[in-house]
Amino acid sequence: MKTPDQDRQRRVDAKASFAKRSGEHGVGWLAVSPALLLLVGLLFGPAAAVVLFSLTDWQLGSFTFHFIGVANFRALFTDPTFWKALTNTLVYAAIVVPGTVLLGLVVALLIEASPGLRGFYRAAHFLPVMSTMSAMAIVWGTMLHPTIGLVNRGLGAVGISGVNWLRDERTALLALALIGIWQGLGFAMVLFVSGLKAVPQQLYDAAAIDGADGVLDRLRFVTLPMLGPVTMFVVILTAKRSFEVFDSVRVLTQGGPNYASEVLLHRLYTESFDFLRMGYGAALTVIYLAIIVLLTLTQARLLERRVHYS
Amino acid sequence: MIARFPYRRFAGRIARHAILILTAAFALLPFVWMVSLSLKPPEEIFQADFHLWPTAFHGVENYRVALTAAPMFRFLLNGLLVCTAIFALQLLVCIPCAYALAKLRFRGRDTLFSAVLVGLLLPPQALAIPHFVLLNVFGLLDTYAALILPWVISTFGIFLLRQFFRSIPDEIIHAARLDGLGEFEIIWRIMIPMTTPALAAFGIFSIVAHWNDLFWPLIAVRSAEISTPALGILLFRDDEAGQFLGPLMAGAVIIVAPLLVAFLIAQRRFIDGLAVTTMK
Repeated sequence: MKTPDQDRQRRVDAKASFAKRSGEHGVGWLAVSPALLLLVGLLFGPAAAVVLFSLTDWQLGSFTFHFIGVANFRALFTDPTFWKALTNTLVYAAIVVPGTVLLGLVVALLIEASPGLRGFYRAAHFLPVMSTMSAMAIVWGTMLHPTIGLVNRGLGAVGISGVNWLRDERTALLALALIGIWQGLGFAMVLFVSGLKAVPQQLYDAAAIDGADGVLDRLRFVTLPMLGPVTMFVVILTAKRSFEVFDSVRVLTQGGPNYASEVLLHRLYTESFDFLRMGYGAALTVIYLAIIVLLTLTQARLLERRVHYS
Repeated sequence: MIARFPYRRFAGRIARHAILILTAAFALLPFVWMVSLSLKPPEEIFQADFHLWPTAFHGVENYRVALTAAPMFRFLLNGLLVCTAIFALQLLVCIPCAYALAKLRFRGRDTLFSAVLVGLLLPPQALAIPHFVLLNVFGLLDTYAALILPWVISTFGIFLLRQFFRSIPDEIIHAARLDGLGEFEIIWRIMIPMTTPALAAFGIFSIVAHWNDLFWPLIAVRSAEISTPALGILLFRDDEAGQFLGPLMAGAVIIVAPLLVAFLIAQRRFIDGLAVTTMK
């Protein structure tokens, strides 16, 4: 039995401790509660669901499913299409990453070398980053058209007969990689430019005193070493974007011909939303997720190191 | 050395322009080609010799077909509506959360912030299946809600805004509290006005991403009436009128133009908004 006295005392205590927290506690939770709910409902819940789905044989539309352990993953690893998609994605990244990074670096160095037309060049190179990829992929499709396309017209003008770039097994992935470089170049350029601006002038002055005053000397002994961290960052970022390639593939080749341009994310889309094999698609998603998480963690590690530098 | 060989410096400048014009041409060519084709009649597109400017101007007809055969303006309006709704809701969710994480002390704060960091790792494409199933359960597929809801929570937005809010001195907030302002008034009257550039950067990032997104609309939406621009141009291509290259290119110009015009007007903001936010 509680006495009225004890009861009153309890209420006073509660009031005091609430006052001590000075409302910050309550307001804090009030402020984060919508985000917290959505975080659980739209991010972590679904992420857990993907892992769960990947262990079942569920197909969209059916009301029953069974847990089948790692059978989806086993099926995935014995599926030649999956390996083809994984290899293609790696090949795509192996072309796009060095292409984008090198071109982006060269363009950034040249743009910053002197002020002439700087604004124009920066805007021109950045334009593809802003443009809607699905529309521009359609445009690229017409440029790569075997007869009326700009590419083969240009090659024809110098006496080379071009191929049907997007319908040829040997060139489809290459053509998509070219489009990937086209879109990523401006972004890499901008990141390099901000890296260049952070190089302190004293380093150039010091290098000049030591006799390194030629353009190439400055580049070799000051600029490039100082750009090291930014370069690593751009490499990882471009690699991540390469693994996310989807729009151009969907619009132009749909993975064809004969899976020559099939990539991971497009495979994921096709299995899950064209064939509605959710379990299998989820297993593919888990693999995809693992790759992206690995790349993002590397990127975060690099960013952290860069912060410690400065 | 440079003073002794002025011609070297001159040659260097020429080389700089030569290379940059080449790479700029690579970047710009698709846009030039797109506009050029959008002004041409079919027979001129297919003829053997190529002129940049059409000999017979067919631009009016091409753009008229693009605008009447497909609901192009509708796509643009949908894009505007969806992007605005996403960004507004993101702000509504992110700002209070970011403020609390940056400036308030409450139990579980660090845990929540770790959760936000973990959320940053998840690529949205990996959540497509459960999001699709969830929307299907609630009968929301093929509606505006399907295009908007999965994006309402942005861990990136929370993280970014928290970083900016932290840079605002605590003294300002203490002073505001002494003046009798509540926490939400502080957010509204102090934090938001003081971090407008950061909010603008996040806005540009968010709007560009969702205007250009194809992956999710392709999954969530079937009907043309609620298609966003990136999906709309695909529907137009697969349509009968889209088989003609002139109107198709005109359609592409209409879809791509709004963002590019906005970019050309506010270049610095866009470049900073997209580049600097990735490095935060």
